[in-house]
Amino acid sequence: MNRFLLPVAVFVPLVVILAIGIYRAPEKEIIASPLIGKPAPDFSLPDLADPVHRVNAGDLRGRWYLFNVWGTWCGGCRAEHETLLEIQRARVLPLVGLDWKDDDAQARAWLTQLGNPYAVVAVDHAGRTAIDYGVYGAPESFLINPQGIVVYKVVGELTHDVWTREILPRVPRQPFPGS
Amino acid sequence: MRRTRLVSVWGALGALAVAQAALAVDPTEMPTPELEQRYLALTHELRCMQCQNESLADSPVELAADLRQEVRDMLLAGKSDAQVRAFMVARYGDFILFRPRFTARTAWLWLAPGVLLLIGALVLVRVIRQRAALLPQDDEDPRP
Repeated sequence: MNRFLLPVAVFVPLVVILAIGIYRAPEKEIIASPLIGKPAPDFSLPDLADPVHRVNAGDLRGRWYLFNVWGTWCGGCRAEHETLLEIQRARVLPLVGLDWKDDDAQARAWLTQLGNPYAVVAVDHAGRTAIDYGVYGAPESFLINPQGIVVYKVVGELTHDVWTREILPRVPRQPFPGS
Repeated sequence: MRRTRLVSVWGALGALAVAQAALAVDPTEMPTPELEQRYLALTHELRCMQCQNESLADSPVELAADLRQEVRDMLLAGKSDAQVRAFMVARYGDFILFRPRFTARTAWLWLAPGVLLLIGALVLVRVIRQRAALLPQDDEDPRP
């Protein structure tokens, strides 16, 4: 009896720890952003629609918005475009785009062709702003609150499910600007 | 005939190896050997977030090049190694460090091997003592 007590006492917690590890494996594949709960990094970048004009992170304060990092070279961005248009139609919050290391003309053509879901798109040719946001693979989307704090981050394609399950419940109903 | 073919194969492989070294993903040179050393050390200990099992120094993807550029600029601006690491961790999290820092969350990671070794040593000592205690008894008391 006593002989087995110690091995079992060691083995059982080990099984529990490894089981937790296995069950949590899917969420571990997505690297948690250290930005959540912190202010969204500042930037001042050219506006895709009119490059003389600049988009400043500070100007976006005061309302909820979804900050979406994309590029015409990015397959996942094409895949999530329908969801982005759906989000635009839902009029819950505006989409702010970050066109990451892309060609302006191609990006404009993409939006003309597929429809433009964004309230405004900032252009990040050098990729410096993307680095500040800890972006490592487009598409990535950040939910940002009126105080400018990052509340939630989606890595990879933004699907209808992620939108309804993860993002919508986090946003209080607010009058949509311009509606 | 066969031999010359073999030689030429080896020659081609050698040339390829040289060519590859010349086309290394990162041809950067820092202005001083000291900075070069620190740059190499840092880019080898930071993870490429896109390919995850490669360091920034080894990865050919564009994001790794951008992050190397960032490391280079920070070192040239006189930032310390710790400041470069802190910059990366603030954006990408602890995961970007191949050698995790010692924090409350990673403590078990660092301490577990030592603790397990200690438990093993204690068990070993106990087993040896028990065996040792058994042996003299057998000697003292050979058959009643």
